[in-house]
Amino acid sequence: MKHKTFFWFILPSLAAMLLFIAMPLVSVTIQSLFVEHDQVLVEVENCTPFKCESSVAVDQEATAALREERPLGQFNGLGTYTNRSHLAFPEVREAWNASGSLHDFGARLMNLPFYKALAFTITYTAVVTPFVIVLGLAIALGVNALPQLVKGPTIFCSLLPMIVTPLIGSLILFWMVDADGILGAALQRIFDDDQLSLKASHSLTWIMLIVYGIWHSAPFSFIVFYAGLQTVPQETLEAAQIDGATRWQRVRYVVVPYMTPLVVFITLMQLMDNFRVFEPIVGFSASAKATSLSWIIFNDLRGGDIQLFGSAAATSLLTILGVVVLLMPVLIRTWQEFGRKVV
Amino acid sequence: MASVAQRRSPGLIFFSTAFIVFWLMIATGPFIWTVWGSFKVQGDFFSKTDWRYALYGVRTITETGDAFTGNGYFGAWIQQEFWRNAFNTVIVVTFTVIISLTMGTLGGYALARSGFRYAFWLLMAALVFRAMPHITLVSGYLLPFFEWNLWGHLPTTIIVLVAINQPFTLWMLHSFFLNIPKDMDESALVDGCTRLQAFRHVIIPVMWPGVITTGLFSFLLAYNDFAVTSVLLSQENQTMVPKIASFLGTVRQQGQVMFAVAAVVSAMVPLFFLVLFFQRQIVSGLTTGAVKG
Repeated sequence: MKHKTFFWFILPSLAAMLLFIAMPLVSVTIQSLFVEHDQVLVEVENCTPFKCESSVAVDQEATAALREERPLGQFNGLGTYTNRSHLAFPEVREAWNASGSLHDFGARLMNLPFYKALAFTITYTAVVTPFVIVLGLAIALGVNALPQLVKGPTIFCSLLPMIVTPLIGSLILFWMVDADGILGAALQRIFDDDQLSLKASHSLTWIMLIVYGIWHSAPFSFIVFYAGLQTVPQETLEAAQIDGATRWQRVRYVVVPYMTPLVVFITLMQLMDNFRVFEPIVGFSASAKATSLSWIIFNDLRGGDIQLFGSAAATSLLTILGVVVLLMPVLIRTWQEFGRKVV
Repeated sequence: MASVAQRRSPGLIFFSTAFIVFWLMIATGPFIWTVWGSFKVQGDFFSKTDWRYALYGVRTITETGDAFTGNGYFGAWIQQEFWRNAFNTVIVVTFTVIISLTMGTLGGYALARSGFRYAFWLLMAALVFRAMPHITLVSGYLLPFFEWNLWGHLPTTIIVLVAINQPFTLWMLHSFFLNIPKDMDESALVDGCTRLQAFRHVIIPVMWPGVITTGLFSFLLAYNDFAVTSVLLSQENQTMVPKIASFLGTVRQQGQVMFAVAAVVSAMVPLFFLVLFFQRQIVSGLTTGAVKG
């Protein structure tokens, strides 16, 4: 295809991506260097018949005018990155000096919003991804053994947790595990504790969100593995059996190696998707106990009366940095493969 | 025909079937429970006394005289005007799918037929863009959109969703077009067609299976999105998913949680039918990336 034809064909799609994916990155970078204006303060003199008192008041008009005039706010350099709600260098140093043990240091770190969100995001990603792979493979092996007739309906039912809107899926589970819901009430009865609530405890909230994540993503890895299982050659399996391999050995040494490229693919997709975990925190109303990086950006934008663009932008850039670190192995590998192809 | 390798011991068959039944219960149970419960009153669906109340609708009978009630649906769709949000969703989803498929087929076709190095780099850039959490992009849009008075309107959200969708659409259609033999459009070129004519008369007639599959995923992205729609749409233009989220705050105070339950079930129904009719395409779409690399 000629360069010129290629250009015209790709133009709409490229323009959309440049305008709405590449440009926002520039805009985020600029925004993160600025911070909201301080309120304009004026000294007002209140005179009573006896004495005059001067007090400081907010000049609403001037503040609004200033915001109108320079909506970006005032230049703050890298100040936003190092303040308490982001990387919090002074606070971290203080916590390091004050804490006696590593455990204590970790506990202090968890009081800082960014580190709290980072800890949950990483834990969620690191726990959900392997569980999804193992569970998906198990389901795929199970479904593959079913009679042909029931395979279709089984796949249909298995797809549901993944297809349903994440917010809706998490709400449905939340209503079940809520104190009045069927599972929540059952748990209260089992442990004979009226106050038991999954929402009240840090660790239970985390577990609840992680269980949701596994439930939501397992169908994806199931489908991919199931498709992969259809390509495993029967001859190899039979040969292994003739050589005296047990069923477990056949799965371990024949099926699993065939699945390895799929594991890489699922891991990549899952890392990308789990790192942006956001909807379940809204759906489970879990923000008091667990926040994610995406959630704190959302909260800066929609949470308060004033939208904290600078703060949201700084967190966004740090999140993107996290994604890049996460994808680094894949990018390096592709780069090397490409290099080999060219040579 | 079952080969020797597929023969299984009864114990293993029992174990694996039990596991699948257990999985199916986990996968579908919550949906069945919620759909059933949405026709009850709150006292039954969130019953402190006895969970079986939700099955028989004990309080529903005392409150409404019947074991099933549509009160939740009436409250959500008529009182809370959920139909407006459903209508907005239809607009956003339809246009997002149409626009992103139009752009994606052109782009994907070009990428599949161009052997140049920059095509590869474009695909890699698309992969990185695909990994970007949507909310980070949204935080970049918000301030400019406010400044240019673009915020809150449906077209803005549609364009943003199309753009966010492009990397995925490009990847998917690119791999579909790679499967269409090059000879087909090249013989058209030899016969004197321009690229565009070859695309129109040769490629378009055979591309529909791939386009439908990709369209399904564009549909899911636009329909399921919460991060973009909740931040970029004004109150009156909200689609279903952000509306459900804003329901949560208000209905809980008024003791009208059933409105939210009914809204959730209503928003689930289209997805249910989507899987029912397009199961094969969804499965093939999920695996294209994996099996072909």
